[in-house]
Amino acid sequence: MDTKVEKKKPNENVSLADNSLLVDISDALSEKEKVKFTVHTKTTLPEFQKSEFIVVRQHEEFVWLHDRYEENEEYAGYIIPPAPPRPDFDASREKLQRLGEGEGALTREEFLKMKEELEDEYLATFKKTVAMHEVFLQRLAAHPVFRRDSHLRVFLEYEQDLCAKPRGKMDLIGGLVRSMTTTTDEIYLGATVRDVNDFFEQETSFLQEYYSHLKEAVAKVDRMTSKHKEVADAHIKLSSCITQLATREQPPMERFLTKASETFDKCRKIEGRMASDQDLKLADTLRYYMRDAHAAKAVLVRRLRCLAAYEAANRNLEKARAKNKDVHAPLEVQEAEQGQAEACAKFEQLSARAREELIDFRTRRVAAFRKSLIELAELEIKHARSQQELFRKSLQVLRECQ
Amino acid sequence: MSAGPDTPPFSTVDINNDSRDDEDIFASAVQEVSLDPEVNGAREGLEKVSIDDTPASISTSLNSPVMEEIATERSNNIIITVTEPQKIGEGMSSYVAYRVFTKTNMPIFSKHEFAVLRRFSDFLGLHEKLTEKYLRSGRIIPPAPEKSIVGTTKLKMTSTPSTENVNGSVSSAGVQSQFVERRRAALERFLNRVAQHPVLSIDPDFREFLESGMDLPKATSTSALSGAGMLRLFNKVGETVNKITYRMDEADPWFEERALRVETLEACLRRLGGACEALAGERRELAVRTHDAARAHASLSGADPHAPLSRALSHVADLHEKIENLRLEQSNTDFFILSEHIKDYLGLIGSIKDVFHERVKVFQNWQHAQMQLTKRRENKAKAELSNRPDKAEQAANEIVEWETKVERNQQEFDSISRVIKKEIERWEEIRVDELRATLLHYLEEHMKHQAQAIRYWDAFLPEARAIK
Repeated sequence: MDTKVEKKKPNENVSLADNSLLVDISDALSEKEKVKFTVHTKTTLPEFQKSEFIVVRQHEEFVWLHDRYEENEEYAGYIIPPAPPRPDFDASREKLQRLGEGEGALTREEFLKMKEELEDEYLATFKKTVAMHEVFLQRLAAHPVFRRDSHLRVFLEYEQDLCAKPRGKMDLIGGLVRSMTTTTDEIYLGATVRDVNDFFEQETSFLQEYYSHLKEAVAKVDRMTSKHKEVADAHIKLSSCITQLATREQPPMERFLTKASETFDKCRKIEGRMASDQDLKLADTLRYYMRDAHAAKAVLVRRLRCLAAYEAANRNLEKARAKNKDVHAPLEVQEAEQGQAEACAKFEQLSARAREELIDFRTRRVAAFRKSLIELAELEIKHARSQQELFRKSLQVLRECQ
Repeated sequence: MSAGPDTPPFSTVDINNDSRDDEDIFASAVQEVSLDPEVNGAREGLEKVSIDDTPASISTSLNSPVMEEIATERSNNIIITVTEPQKIGEGMSSYVAYRVFTKTNMPIFSKHEFAVLRRFSDFLGLHEKLTEKYLRSGRIIPPAPEKSIVGTTKLKMTSTPSTENVNGSVSSAGVQSQFVERRRAALERFLNRVAQHPVLSIDPDFREFLESGMDLPKATSTSALSGAGMLRLFNKVGETVNKITYRMDEADPWFEERALRVETLEACLRRLGGACEALAGERRELAVRTHDAARAHASLSGADPHAPLSRALSHVADLHEKIENLRLEQSNTDFFILSEHIKDYLGLIGSIKDVFHERVKVFQNWQHAQMQLTKRRENKAKAELSNRPDKAEQAANEIVEWETKVERNQQEFDSISRVIKKEIERWEEIRVDELRATLLHYLEEHMKHQAQAIRYWDAFLPEARAIK
């Protein structure tokens, strides 16, 4: 399936500090297994060669960019915006295939309607993946520190591919190894390094618990919205059977049944939109913060690593002092003192940064949930009203039908 | 009043039909009933009823999955409600008793309001009796609800709700009560259909069923596993074979056309029923998943330290629990209103097919009698030729006998054909009206559900706004 999507509006999720670096995904093309995103940049920053330009990027290159930030020690105290998830159209493709296989059991009309539903679903998934890739870039571009990163600049302006195929695979494996290390670190460091700060203790346990609850909520909401879509689809068969019944009746009843069938068809569309809005406003928000919570946990792990290094530097200094008790102004001790001072500064700096980031995470989360829940409620009310109105009008027409 | 095999009393009398049958030999008898001083003005009351009015009362009783909703507008002057299913006894000998409450103006009943207790087998027994009496004359007998060995056994073997513990048995209790509710509603529709039928409604067995305070004799031939049951099963199989092998020489194209129309309608209804049940099932599943989502949000709420957000999430959880119930109600609407209506009509179509088949049997009898007559005529001719006066006389007697039979069978055939035509025409009108009423009711209920959804979300919106 080849699909193109035009994107003009900047994503609302990210507030822009100023207009000196504006990024959006102006176009996207899906061919076979790959999605190609057209990344469009408009900038007044001197580091860039031009003021407006585009490049074409694939998903793996977004992951490459994310990994460059993750591994940069300067950003250790920051919550790195999570990489967008891989575009996944498998579910849609599978459904379409199953539809094709079961074509014989459906009437032509039913088949066409189901195909239309699936195509809409595919388009929605496509739009979502474009939005998620866009938000990722926009968060980086809006961030006062991240926007100055050289890798971002390369990503935005370098016209060649950033990672050739084999490299891409290595990166995938590397990513896996890295994420595994983070988890083992989490466990190991959590057990051995005693945290000096109550705030971080609390944050750690909060994020652990919160992350797992978010994950659970995402899973359950996903199941609910997918079943809701199936409820919508079940209307197709219902309205098609009523149409069939209509063709066997005399005119007044025939009109009646045809109108009833139309009503169910319209009902189906509204139910479908209810389901997808729930997906967009509720599930996606939960998912987004689940990933962000994961990124926040990564900060805590990095901080613990830094703390471990600090404690190691302390021990090193003590050892050096003990060894050189009787030596005057020993070099070893001086070096150890410097190492310890650096480790201390690094740790303090990271902790301060991390603290800000975690507090900001909370604020962002509360604001985002508030916005999403309000929008969700407004949309659901809107859809319920249209359903109600649909039924009311239909009843009026149907009652007159005689 | 004993029911003779060939001419059940009042079978040709269509009380509600203004154009009376010329061959109505019982016309005078009907008039005698209406002159009875106790039911003065009954004639008026009876004639007020017309075909068009019948649907209103039926659809009113179809209205409520909830018990005891009696419409204010009487059309055939009778409305029956089946309520308060109660389990009597324990174990395999237990059964469910239903309260059958009748409110009526009809003269054949001694009171205006009365109630009795009946069990499921009583209903089946009534259906059996009506079939025995009226199927032969071409009447469409409203179908009785199906026996369900699984459902019934489960019901028998579960302990009564008062002794059951709430914890694990919620879902099974739900399924049980759904089963009982379906059955109750189906029994109610059955009785009301009989009550609207011009001939069946004045049947004495029907009257006894509604009025008699005494327990009815146990209808053993209706129990699922009885000997009589097995015998009937065999008979049915035999009849099916008969249906296939006997090709009737149809003189009246009306019947062939109608039979075909009924077949295609059946196929359509089956598909529609399947689609409706599928929708109801998906909604039920959606309710379960909504429940899971509600729980997940409750846990999330508990883990969130930010008080306003935590409160809002807990409201999200509550909201979804309400929505879960709403989805269940929607599913029940799909089920109790639309799907059950379709099942009823598939059952009615089955009765129609039975009636068509009866006509074929009557035709067979007629043809058989004709064959016998021809044979006797041949015998007489042969006897005369071979100069056997005794045999000729015997044959002559037999000829008279068979001529009478042929004439009677032909009359029966004409009569059943005529009655079937009237029954089908009546049925067609009711069918269209009932379908209309059902679909309108269905849409009304769904509209109410949406109004409820709006209320729920409206109540939630300020909670979302209150997050700071």
